[in-house]
Amino acid sequence: MWTGTPLFPESASTMAGRVDALYFFLLAVSIFFSLLIAGLIVFYAIKFHRHDPNAVGGVIHGGMVLEVTWTVVPFLITMVIFVWGASVFFAMSRPPDETLNIYVVGKQWMWKFQHLDGQREINELHVPVGRPVKLIMTSEDVIHDLFVPAFRVKADVIPGRYTHLWFEPTKPGRYQLFCAEYCGTRHSGMIGQVVVMDPSEYQTWLSGGAPEGSLASAGAKLFQDLACNTCHRPDAQGRGPVLEGLFGNTVQLQGGGTNTVDEAYVRESILQPAAKVASGFQPIMPTFQGLVTEEQLLELVEYVKSLKGLPQVQTR
Amino acid sequence: MASPTILIPPRHYLNDGYGVASWLLTRDHKRIALLYLGAVTFFFFVGGAFAVLIRLDLATPAGDLVSDETYNKLFTMHGVMMVFFFLIPAIPSVLGNFLVPIMIGAKDLAFPKLNLFSWYIYIVGGLFTLYALVAGGVDTGWTFYAPFSTVSSTTNVIPTALGIFITGFSSILTGLNFIVTIHRMRAPGMTWFRMPLFLWSTYATSLINVLGTPVIAITVLLVAAERVFKFGFFNPALGGDPVLFQHLFWFYSHPAVYIMVLPAMGVISELVAAGCRKPVFGYPFVAFASLAIAVLGFLVWGHHMFVAGQSVYAALIFSILSFLVAIPSAVKVFNWTATMYKGAVSWDTPMLYAYGFIGLFTIGGLTGLFLAAVGLDVHVTDTYFIVAHFHYIMVGGTIMGYLGGLHYWWPKMSGRLYNEGLAKLSAGIVFIGFNLTFFPQFVVGYLGMPRRYHSYPEEFQVLNVLSSAGASILGVGYLIPMIYLMWSLRYGRLAGSNPWGSVGLEWTTTSPPPTENFAETPIVTWNAYEYNAPVEGHVA
Repeated sequence: MWTGTPLFPESASTMAGRVDALYFFLLAVSIFFSLLIAGLIVFYAIKFHRHDPNAVGGVIHGGMVLEVTWTVVPFLITMVIFVWGASVFFAMSRPPDETLNIYVVGKQWMWKFQHLDGQREINELHVPVGRPVKLIMTSEDVIHDLFVPAFRVKADVIPGRYTHLWFEPTKPGRYQLFCAEYCGTRHSGMIGQVVVMDPSEYQTWLSGGAPEGSLASAGAKLFQDLACNTCHRPDAQGRGPVLEGLFGNTVQLQGGGTNTVDEAYVRESILQPAAKVASGFQPIMPTFQGLVTEEQLLELVEYVKSLKGLPQVQTR
Repeated sequence: MASPTILIPPRHYLNDGYGVASWLLTRDHKRIALLYLGAVTFFFFVGGAFAVLIRLDLATPAGDLVSDETYNKLFTMHGVMMVFFFLIPAIPSVLGNFLVPIMIGAKDLAFPKLNLFSWYIYIVGGLFTLYALVAGGVDTGWTFYAPFSTVSSTTNVIPTALGIFITGFSSILTGLNFIVTIHRMRAPGMTWFRMPLFLWSTYATSLINVLGTPVIAITVLLVAAERVFKFGFFNPALGGDPVLFQHLFWFYSHPAVYIMVLPAMGVISELVAAGCRKPVFGYPFVAFASLAIAVLGFLVWGHHMFVAGQSVYAALIFSILSFLVAIPSAVKVFNWTATMYKGAVSWDTPMLYAYGFIGLFTIGGLTGLFLAAVGLDVHVTDTYFIVAHFHYIMVGGTIMGYLGGLHYWWPKMSGRLYNEGLAKLSAGIVFIGFNLTFFPQFVVGYLGMPRRYHSYPEEFQVLNVLSSAGASILGVGYLIPMIYLMWSLRYGRLAGSNPWGSVGLEWTTTSPPPTENFAETPIVTWNAYEYNAPVEGHVA
């Protein structure tokens, strides 16, 4: 029964070593203070054990030096841990500039993955080794949480917004993927695997199947089907803003303020067009809430992202 | 050490009126404490029964005992029962009710009728929640995260939420009662810095109760309103924000951790002083540490949400504040340990629980540092690591403190002594069972086993079996005191006023005390824990 019982998780991402190093430091601090306290208690309990039932203790009310010491020393130690933990967290929160982006939609009780080239997977995620991967995630229903213990990363997957998580796998293999935020009846069945592959194998896998074409091309079709193109025209003659070259830029908003065009802004503008209207346009766009699924939204977002080629014609 | 001529006092609070009405309509804080003792013990064993079923089910990776749905209801009801109906009320309502007036030399709390009313509110809230349980249970987790609780769950969310809402008023009113009592009812000479440290921590706890509880009351009402009327507070499909729920929930529920553990810290200060017959080392530091914890505890709720999509900078602020709240806790542990130096250190049952508390609370506190370190929290949050951590604080801390206090003041409450040998044995069983239950969960948590999982990968089985074995030992350790404490009520030796040879006003009056606590109002001329100048009634 003991064989096959690991006591420490596998490390398979660039982040794992950094998290583990902090973990071992904290383990050392904890063991030191636990042994110190436990040792003192046992030692005092034996050394000063009350043998005479009428004995009373010595009259010692306190000592300023000790009080200051055991306030300042723990304070300094915790500040070291704070800075260390913060620096690891910064690294986790800031993906590199060039990442392989994959979209994730969580729903009760499965994980859906959409690759940019059009591959779709359920409960299995194929990624190449040695390349930073960024997951852009949302949920169709309740809050989920994507957790890959071997990578030491985790992030909530929240309905109504996009959250991000990035990792760089360091060894090929299959790694468990869990939902870590309680999401209802089959929460513990909302599991899957991350398949980390050699780049060449990954290329083979990629070319293996994408019958519907890339995510952006699916978005382009949807853009036509939903008649978005009647108002969002590349020639600036439409009633809505030109979308070409828009992604990643900053737009002026009606009533002041600016907003960076990211995935969340595109999504919001489709579902709640009146929330942040670009300056110079009327809030006439109808809402597409309930007309498009989260997966279709991702296709549209990816399409808008892909509209880069044309020169900037919109004056700002 | 008790002298052989101990007699039960002819008139005391237990024989001052017989019959059901004399209990259900009592305004005596000591009788109300016993009413609470009965109620919290009932809810403790209900919550404990759920824990037993959870651990039995987790003995196999597939979770063969119950269905997914039942499992989810089990851990939800375990959490709800234990948090809201045992851990939060236990020490303040039982030991606090009994001791606050006696420790300050008063006849009763400031508002005796309100005190009885608080008990009824608690019972009504508890019955609502029991109804939810009998009528099919609830499966949201005790955390009620939206939008699962407001949209997705089809179980009895509303009766449970109402039960919590109602019970909250009991906490608020009891807190108010303690605050007013400690301000206004102290005997002549009982200055703030002569008060036993239990009162400082009860006072700090009461502040949190009064300031924090309304927030959870509002939050569960919003959940109910969103479920019934489809108001869009938290559900993004209605324009709400699910993370807002978490902010509101943890704004109370993190301080609630201190509601649970601060009173236990107060108990431990009393046990350590009496167990060492010595003043608590650094009294003002221990006293102000309680207040510091109460204040800082309100500023750290965001550390429950490091992976919930809050901004990086918000996470860093909550991280550093969480480290700061660890400092006063560490100060207390060091002071208790230092108190033992040159003490007349006892190995009686209450002191065994105090040793257990300090050890387990130290581990619970240190593993809290893992969770406050935000880059490490990302890996361990929502896993069994966090389950182990908070059970070390709440079970290893609060329940050890509660049991230690119950054993220490039991002779005062009942007038009788329990079987010391059995009590030591069960204290040992609790300590071993506890560690076997929860220590393996740190390991399986770092391995990545998520919490609230009905089924789990096979490689986690050995650690889960260890944990389940520990839980059954722990269960035995909790049942034995039930037996010998009940037994002592009838057959225990008479305790006398002061069986421990302790100082403190509660030991100057008879055991059990008279209804008015003291024959005449005491005049206090000594500091807490003055063992070198024994006071009247000290028979050591």
